[in-house]
Amino acid sequence: MNSAELPPNPDPVLNQPITPELIKKHGLLPQEYDQIRQHLGRVPTLTELGIFSVMWSEHCSYKNTRPLLKGFPTEKKGATENFGRVLVKAGEENAGIIDVGDGWAIAFKIESHNHPSAIEPFEGAATGVGGIIRDIFTMGARPVLLTNSLRFGELDSPVTKRLLRGVVAGIAHYGNCVGVPTVAGDVYFDRSYEGNPLVNALCLGTLRHDQIRLGKATGLGNPVYYVGAATGRDGLGGAAFASKELSAESSSDRPAVQKGDPFMEKLLIEACLEMMAVPGLVVGIQDMGAAGLTCSTCETASRGGAGIEIELDRVPQREEGMNSYEIMLSESQERMLVIVQKGREHEIEKVFAKWDLHAAHVGTVTDTGRMVVRQHGVVVADIPASVLTDSAPIYHRESARPAYMGETSGWTPEGSGLPDVDLPAALAALPRLLSHPTIASKRWLYRQYDHMVQHGTAVLPGSDAGVVRLRLGASEKFIAIKNDCNGRYCYLNPRRGALIAMVECLRNLVCAGATPLAMTDNLNFGNPYKPENFYQLKECVAGLAEACRFFDVPVVGGNVSLYNESPEGSIDPTPTVAVVGFIEKESHITRQFARSAGHRLVLLGGAPAELGGSQFLGIIHGLKTGDAPAVDLAAEKRLQDLLLSQIRAGRVASAHDLSEGGLLVAISEMLFGPDCVGASVDLSRFAAPRQDALLFGESQGRVIISVAPADLPAVLSDAGEAGVPADDIGAVTAEAALSVATGLGRLDWAVSRLRTGWETSIEVAMKRPGLG
Amino acid sequence: MNISVLQFPGSNCDQDAFQLFASGLGLPTRFVWHKEKRLVDTDLVVVPGGFAYGDYLRCGAIARFSPIMGAVREHAERGGLVLGICNGFQILCEAGLLPGALIRNSSLEYRCITCDLAVEDAGVAFNTRTVGRRVRMPIGHGEGNFRIDEAGLERLETNRQILLRYVDNPNGSLRSIAGIRNEEGNVFGMMPHPDRCFERFHPSRDGVKVARAVLSKRFPEILKESAA
Repeated sequence: MNSAELPPNPDPVLNQPITPELIKKHGLLPQEYDQIRQHLGRVPTLTELGIFSVMWSEHCSYKNTRPLLKGFPTEKKGATENFGRVLVKAGEENAGIIDVGDGWAIAFKIESHNHPSAIEPFEGAATGVGGIIRDIFTMGARPVLLTNSLRFGELDSPVTKRLLRGVVAGIAHYGNCVGVPTVAGDVYFDRSYEGNPLVNALCLGTLRHDQIRLGKATGLGNPVYYVGAATGRDGLGGAAFASKELSAESSSDRPAVQKGDPFMEKLLIEACLEMMAVPGLVVGIQDMGAAGLTCSTCETASRGGAGIEIELDRVPQREEGMNSYEIMLSESQERMLVIVQKGREHEIEKVFAKWDLHAAHVGTVTDTGRMVVRQHGVVVADIPASVLTDSAPIYHRESARPAYMGETSGWTPEGSGLPDVDLPAALAALPRLLSHPTIASKRWLYRQYDHMVQHGTAVLPGSDAGVVRLRLGASEKFIAIKNDCNGRYCYLNPRRGALIAMVECLRNLVCAGATPLAMTDNLNFGNPYKPENFYQLKECVAGLAEACRFFDVPVVGGNVSLYNESPEGSIDPTPTVAVVGFIEKESHITRQFARSAGHRLVLLGGAPAELGGSQFLGIIHGLKTGDAPAVDLAAEKRLQDLLLSQIRAGRVASAHDLSEGGLLVAISEMLFGPDCVGASVDLSRFAAPRQDALLFGESQGRVIISVAPADLPAVLSDAGEAGVPADDIGAVTAEAALSVATGLGRLDWAVSRLRTGWETSIEVAMKRPGLG
Repeated sequence: MNISVLQFPGSNCDQDAFQLFASGLGLPTRFVWHKEKRLVDTDLVVVPGGFAYGDYLRCGAIARFSPIMGAVREHAERGGLVLGICNGFQILCEAGLLPGALIRNSSLEYRCITCDLAVEDAGVAFNTRTVGRRVRMPIGHGEGNFRIDEAGLERLETNRQILLRYVDNPNGSLRSIAGIRNEEGNVFGMMPHPDRCFERFHPSRDGVKVARAVLSKRFPEILKESAA
């Protein structure tokens, strides 16, 4: 596989010797460099070194996580001929694709843009949205929805406010302009994310099976096109040093964060989908995301078992005098690589001319298996494509159970002498929990996102899951989507925390009336070289895999973001999961809001009794301790199956799961809908050892539903048969008050007061002086 | 009744507007690409929402120069019906087919919410009799803050050119103006989206009423269908 010795480059910058410092600056280890030399049979050129550095980075190669990710199920066991088959699996392509019946499919994936957002929140978040949208339409799918998963430090610091404002404005700027609705999300505020926010964005698209396009370069002599925006020096990213050392004239620091142009992306979506609709025209297509031109050329060549030759002089460029290193490593946004059937060049050019976009014929598919790059007539890189994509070293990192877990996992309220709540403390705790930004309404965020464009949003943001109507040819189907992850649980017990992330997401979907179908995950962790971090990563992945297998919800794609650290330490481990579910009939769509006075409130799953890892401990007592709540997968499945059967039987007026903040928070949230109702609840029947755990504990596997009195007997008897604890705990009332009988006495709140705190807390924190 | 929905580069509510008329009202509807110079057999031109040309300069400032806008102007001058929704309203203002301008929301933030709107008795097809006294429609815009000079505002009021006012002003618009018409009563513009409230699961179905009222200027019989 040795590559021929390359001629010296006339550009002295590109011809500089490869020194140990240069290797280190490229993030490559000495032994990795030795492997590169062995693969090439010679010393790499500077351009080649840059190419290896990005392709062998964790982002592109998964070198620290690949062995772990193999534990994920990638196929759906219960799939039928006409539903649920995984058509494109995780890791094979830019996004996974799953069959949704009648010749239609969905493509979806989540991806992180954490570090760019920490540096420049607006552009970082905006380009995160742009990147994930390209991953979807490159598969041939029309993007129909976006969601996001965000983590910030506590909202009391000006830095966090600046980051939140910027990230939300960036997501809004990109998503709104490109015309894809942002229909759901999850947001947590916790000190561990101070200085290292998480910005994960998801996109989902729809396509017919025959529209699936792959990132493969095949067919000797087929032309390779570059379409979309011109290449600039922006986004040289980790290799930012290079632009300083490489371009002698350039004294200014280049921004490491790319700048997004959602208008360009909108044109690119339309032009690419139009081009892909022409039968047989497109052989392969891939977006230029991380590592831009480098990644798209070598990955398409490697997948196709072919080679690619490209000529950089033909690449549209925004700036003068860019060298091959800069062009190959640029992460300029809104660009795609397209391999077209030979002889049909005019057809692609015609489509792109209509949209006033570049379509530059930059290269050719070869049969050499090599990626050959030329500039000014000189070969600047000549590398076997598969070496870049498949030969990155794989590491099995050392893992060690974090020392802190010895203390936290054994913590109990009794053992630590934490007093139980009394009546005044319970009265005060509920409004405080409801107005903490983690629990409070996220209205301040989602009203800045266009969540209604494409007119398919059936359940608006603010309920348990987003629900969207998909138009699939002449027919229509409803899907629900939800992403979530409580990093606090994952910190206290990584395996359980990951299980909870999954089962809670599934529960949310079931509450909306959906059957879970498939998931995508975004693993956000600290530096994997620290054994404690790697333990968290390993355990979380094992937890996700276990839940996925148990519920037969395959992983169809995902993303890994490591090195999420601030001077204070690593972030809480955050394996964010996003699950898509299908709703059989429009009439099954269920919201979390209680609707009619007189309806009974039924708690499914039994009385909560655990305090560990709760928001109550965090917000009221300033503690992040205890074990994460227990997870009983079998009980969880019984609960979800029962709930779905009751929804399908038309007996459930509303359903809401118990999560952060516990039972009283969940009941309160059911009262914050369009119908101004209250609730009268009796919890005194439960023999609770601790009232705080009953009222505010976060035991898993609990859902509260409201049902018409006439349906109550059937619901209770079905629950009994299914082995799901079901307690009729009270009623929805016309008077907008929440009244709860407890072992402490009666607790009363005006719903309007609870609601105002919950609805406006983020808004008040983010208020700009002087603006209406 | 033939409907033409314009498509500019960056239009993103073109499908929504299309479906409002095609499936919500069941009318023959087609798209017209902005590079076209002629409108064929068109009764109502719909300028849809979105970010035409990215709206990086000023909303609608570039779209007004698109080739199709010449034909839209001629159509309007002949008394043909024109409806601009959201970005379409901004484009019609830039093109001078409607008075006034839309600037950034006073909050400096994009707003996607559902609004209650008071319908004005605007003296033409679109009024309290044809639409009702109140409608509920979603908005989704960053630049919906309606501005006009004092003389212009007086003319709007005295000519009864104001169609809709926000009950709870979300963007700082002068006198809570959400939608207006031209003096002749054949060109309509509004920030709220009738194309986001016509399906079963939408926050309301008032979009159908609004669309019918606009068409009733030329086709009064359409109101009988809505009563039925």
